[in-house]
Amino acid sequence: MAEKFDVIVVGAGMAGNAAAYTLAKGGLKVLQIERGETPGSKNVQGAILYSDAIEKIIPDFRDDAPLERHLIEQRVWVLDDSSYVGTHYRSEDFNKPPYNRYTIIRAHFDQWFNKKAREAGALTICETTVTELLLDGKKVVGVMTDRKGGEIYADAVILADGVNSRLATKAGFHPEIKPKDVALAVKEIHFLPQETIEARFNIGEEEGVVIEMAGTISDGMMGTAFLYTNKESITLGIGCMLSDFKKQKTTPYELLDKMKQHPSIAPLIEGGEMKEYAAHLIPEGGYNAVPQVYGDGWLIAGDAGMFVNGIHREGSNLAMTTGMLAAQTLVELKQAGKAFTAPNLAQYKAKLDDSFVMKDLKKYRRMPDIFHKNKQFFTTYPELISKAAQKLIRVDGVDKKTKEKEIKQSFVASRSVFGLIGDAFRFWRAME
Amino acid sequence: MSEQAKKPAKKKVELDPRFVNYKHVWVVIESERGEVHPVSWELLGEGRKLADALGVQLCGVVICGPGERGKGICGEAFTYGADKCYLVQDDVLKDYRNEPYTKALTDVVNAFQPEILMLGASTLGRDLAGSVATTLGTGLVADCTELVIETETRNLASTRPTFGGSLLCTIMTQRHRPQMATVRPRVMAMPEADASRTGEIVEVPFSMIESTIVTKVLEFIADDTRDKPNLPFADIIVSGGRGLKKPENFQLVWDLAKVLGAEVGASRPVVQAGWAELDRQVGQSGKTVRPKLYIAAGISGAIQHRVGMDGADVIIAINSDPNAPIFDFAHYGIVGNAMTILPALTEAFKAHLAQARKAG
Amino acid sequence: MHSVVCIKQVPDSAQIRVHPVTNTIMRQGVPAIINPYDLFALEEALRLKDKFGGTVTVVTMGPPMAEAALRKCLSYGADDAILVSDRAFAGSDTLATSYALATTIQKIMGNMPVDLIFTGKQTIDGDTAQVGPGIAKRLDYQLLTYVSKIVDLDLEKKEITVERRAEGGVQLLKTATPCLITMLEGTNEMRFGDLDDLFRAARYDLKVWNREAAGIDDAEMIGLKGSPTVVSKVFAPRPRSQRAEMVETVDNDPKNLAVTLLAKVFTQHPKLEKEIAKRAG
Ligand SMILES: Cc1cc2nc3c(=O)[nH]c(=O)nc-3n(C[C@H](O)[C@H](O)[C@H](O)COP(=O)(O)OP(=O)(O)OC[C@H]3O[C@@H](n4cnc5c(N)ncnc54)[C@H](O)[C@@H]3O)c2cc1C
Ligand SMILES: Cc1cc2nc3c(=O)[nH]c(=O)nc-3n(C[C@H](O)[C@H](O)[C@H](O)COP(=O)(O)OP(=O)(O)OC[C@H]3O[C@@H](n4cnc5c(N)ncnc54)[C@H](O)[C@@H]3O)c2cc1C
Ligand SMILES: Nc1ncnc2c1ncn2[C@@H]1O[C@H](COP(=O)(O)O)[C@@H](O)[C@H]1O
Repeated sequence: MAEKFDVIVVGAGMAGNAAAYTLAKGGLKVLQIERGETPGSKNVQGAILYSDAIEKIIPDFRDDAPLERHLIEQRVWVLDDSSYVGTHYRSEDFNKPPYNRYTIIRAHFDQWFNKKAREAGALTICETTVTELLLDGKKVVGVMTDRKGGEIYADAVILADGVNSRLATKAGFHPEIKPKDVALAVKEIHFLPQETIEARFNIGEEEGVVIEMAGTISDGMMGTAFLYTNKESITLGIGCMLSDFKKQKTTPYELLDKMKQHPSIAPLIEGGEMKEYAAHLIPEGGYNAVPQVYGDGWLIAGDAGMFVNGIHREGSNLAMTTGMLAAQTLVELKQAGKAFTAPNLAQYKAKLDDSFVMKDLKKYRRMPDIFHKNKQFFTTYPELISKAAQKLIRVDGVDKKTKEKEIKQSFVASRSVFGLIGDAFRFWRAME
Repeated sequence: MSEQAKKPAKKKVELDPRFVNYKHVWVVIESERGEVHPVSWELLGEGRKLADALGVQLCGVVICGPGERGKGICGEAFTYGADKCYLVQDDVLKDYRNEPYTKALTDVVNAFQPEILMLGASTLGRDLAGSVATTLGTGLVADCTELVIETETRNLASTRPTFGGSLLCTIMTQRHRPQMATVRPRVMAMPEADASRTGEIVEVPFSMIESTIVTKVLEFIADDTRDKPNLPFADIIVSGGRGLKKPENFQLVWDLAKVLGAEVGASRPVVQAGWAELDRQVGQSGKTVRPKLYIAAGISGAIQHRVGMDGADVIIAINSDPNAPIFDFAHYGIVGNAMTILPALTEAFKAHLAQARKAG
Repeated sequence: MHSVVCIKQVPDSAQIRVHPVTNTIMRQGVPAIINPYDLFALEEALRLKDKFGGTVTVVTMGPPMAEAALRKCLSYGADDAILVSDRAFAGSDTLATSYALATTIQKIMGNMPVDLIFTGKQTIDGDTAQVGPGIAKRLDYQLLTYVSKIVDLDLEKKEITVERRAEGGVQLLKTATPCLITMLEGTNEMRFGDLDDLFRAARYDLKVWNREAAGIDDAEMIGLKGSPTVVSKVFAPRPRSQRAEMVETVDNDPKNLAVTLLAKVFTQHPKLEKEIAKRAG
């Protein structure tokens, strides 16, 4: 292939599309390569979109982006085997445009996003896998693909190829990711008529609900589960650290199956037709796991750079933001007539440090470690909390004061006073 | 079939005056080299009901070469319920070819004006029906599974699967005649032949000169039928699906079939993986079967499979997933591992048969 | 030589769901694909192009989003693509569709003579297998359905020899070009295009023709007006009144399950027992 590009973007996910769009708008000649049949076809479906990040790239995205429902209610549940204790927060403020969060179906959203990038001038080819980076010494000069006539050259390559970026590992830019730094999540989509969803969740047309869950459904592993309402379907899934799955020899599918049978969850999806099952990794190593993200002629954005905030289940917004920042760095250099060398690309890292991306990741940097070492957060506590709630709520002639005492005792019996204080401290440190 | 037109047609639609004299129900009796395709008899069985509902005659159309037993075929058609047969015989009609057959059938239709014209949804029937309907400018409903007369309008309501069988739709041809439909083999029941029945044969002259016909049949290579499975007419079928996991395990299906003297069927993924021949595929893009007993092992029961087999008298399903859709329409179900249940069934049948033999 | 291939974008029917109350197709999340049967037609046309040179034009009649299907065809190696799209086509049945496509092809022929027209065996949404024969008839072309192999093509003499799947055997047919071929499935395998094709497909300026541009003057022949068939009812296949009777035993041992099943089936269907005994005996 004789044609040369300013930049090649690998991947047409959130990070890749944000990058391609920004580059094309900035006047650069961009080629985007996606291995899936269409942008988004390989991406696990059903997700939450945070308006802020996309707004910075495409301010009027609401005009035509395929959005499912805007979220008006957030539920957080702690489950044991037969019950949940939870908070529900619902506000009319979330029902006022411009909305803050939406549910989306990735396959649709990614296609829309990619169309925007193409309209801006990027060239996208699908069903093509980048197999290797082409190097000239240490400098990346292009990519090798699995198509006939496979080499394509460019001045820079943005790796937005998602979690477990094999390309970067192969080129020696960073080591293989460690099982303790990634969660394995499985997800299903259950289709239900729109009216059924709206009745079950007590919402109006276009309004949506998220349920975040933790507790015994993760079988003692470090993990959380979630349920979102889409227009005509419900996405539900659960993710736990890969290292835990390995230790425990449970399959994610078994977990999901158990979760679907939970008495608090089963009625929500009853009668639905399951159409999609997908497993996907989420990089959750946090701040300490972020690798070197730039070098001579290359930058990494999105999941490939481990930019995920596991605590808040934010990923796509970090992906979009990092993709945009990587692209902006290149656009600015190009406009200044500067080469895409490592020292020049260091500006990308500076931009990242200055953004919410690195600030948030830094804030929670201790979280993964603390949860890894203290499984009681996923085993003992959900049960204790649930029992406590039941004790308080059940009217059985026992006075409230005695009940409270019993609850306290149950906590101490399971974790000891020191254990409890320690856990509180750990939790505070993790969040601080 | 149009997707956009799914709103119910409420307005009463008048028949185009050109067609008011169109009467009687017709079935094209498909024959190649003197062999009648059984779907034609199935259609006569169904056509009889329609004709009776309308109070009109049921007629067959036989198109073949002069040397072939055209009159014999007409005679057979009477035993299956036809009152009358139109017989078109000519040298150019020896082998099926679209052009002369289209002309022959179109001519008879224009001359004798039926209100309903049915063909089998075979390769011949579909080829011919499409051309004839276009020539006549009338509606054609493909692959019907149910045909009824709407009493107040006397129109034919043809029901057929669409979107791979996920949905059924009923289609009418209100303003045009004839109302045409093709029907898949084995969807309608085979009628009993009544040897005492006779009828009238109307020989229709046909003139087309070979030299004006563009397409020539150079050769006909008949299928080697010796070892070919004949699933549509099998009484007992044991079928295996992807749940059998490995090609070696498909042997378990054969083992059971052998004990039962049954045919072996398969779902599409199994055929695509090469564990079974294409002729064994049951379903929408395979064969429609109507056995007395259908045993499905490791088959989920997707709609595309179901449409090919849910006419079976008794369906037994073995599946490890208690929620598999096949249990929604099978008659008996066992939740379990096919790899252990199949051999157990084979043994149980063997033992049962041995005992029955001893006793009887 | 010039081949025209008719393709259709369809919802992947393996992933279709039906709304339990309204009985309408729920398309959400259902990917649109090229009708899989049409790929055999396209690949066959591409093979002839490899051999004889020339042009392959793909045509589809459909909504604007069908553009994606055409681009995919270009990426496989088709040279030109035409999307025939107009609100006036809404509600077309196979008779109206074949009219629209035949007229479009006539228009194409005005620019470059056509040697062969290809269609798939049938679509997976309509499943009618009628559009191909319809186009042939309207253009007064010879029709070759269920073709499993193109044995010979003589462009000089304008003759083609094919194998056609017939009932009970294979016909070896010889006819004149131009003609229309509906390709049988499984006869070839779609190629993996090279980078140049992908780039060209992504950048190609597709032709989008509305009714007038496609040369269709008579609006009475298309859409609902041009369609003799009318869909009067749509419904989901009725579930059997009862779910399967589940056979269980205390231990769920395969052997016991099998014996219990037999006992059950044979008591309830004594005829079946005789039937089996007869053929096994
Ligand atoms: C179960 C689950 C639930 C989630 N929920 C949320 C949520 O609610 N909200 C949220 O903000 N985030 C969520 N995330 C995280 C979010 O999905 C990711 O952070 C985000 O998709 C990352 O975007 P990306 O562009 O970096 O990677 P991806 O979206 O994974 O895109 C990478 C793309 O690159 C392509 N590709 C990979 N390798 C190659 C190659 N060699 N050649 C060519 N193409 C290649 C892939 O096909 C893919 O399309 C969730 C993740 C999971 C797994
Ligand atoms: C246009 C079109 C046409 C089609 N035409 C046809 C057709 O003609 N015929 C056809 O069959 N399909 C057809 N299909 C495919 C159809 O949609 C389904 O994909 C197919 O029928 C599934 O085959 P299956 O049940 O063998 O496999 P799967 O759907 O994979 O099901 C396997 C089943 O085996 C079960 N199982 C797994 N392990 C075991 C075990 N150890 N013991 C017992 N059970 C086990 C599983 O629970 C599952 O239910 C068509 C699809 C399309 C799109
Ligand atoms: N809207 C359309 N546009 C282009 N080609 C079509 C269209 N509809 C049907 N065809 C072609 O006709 C064949 C038979 O379609 P059908 O009669 O719908 O089963 C398909 O395989 C296509 O090649």
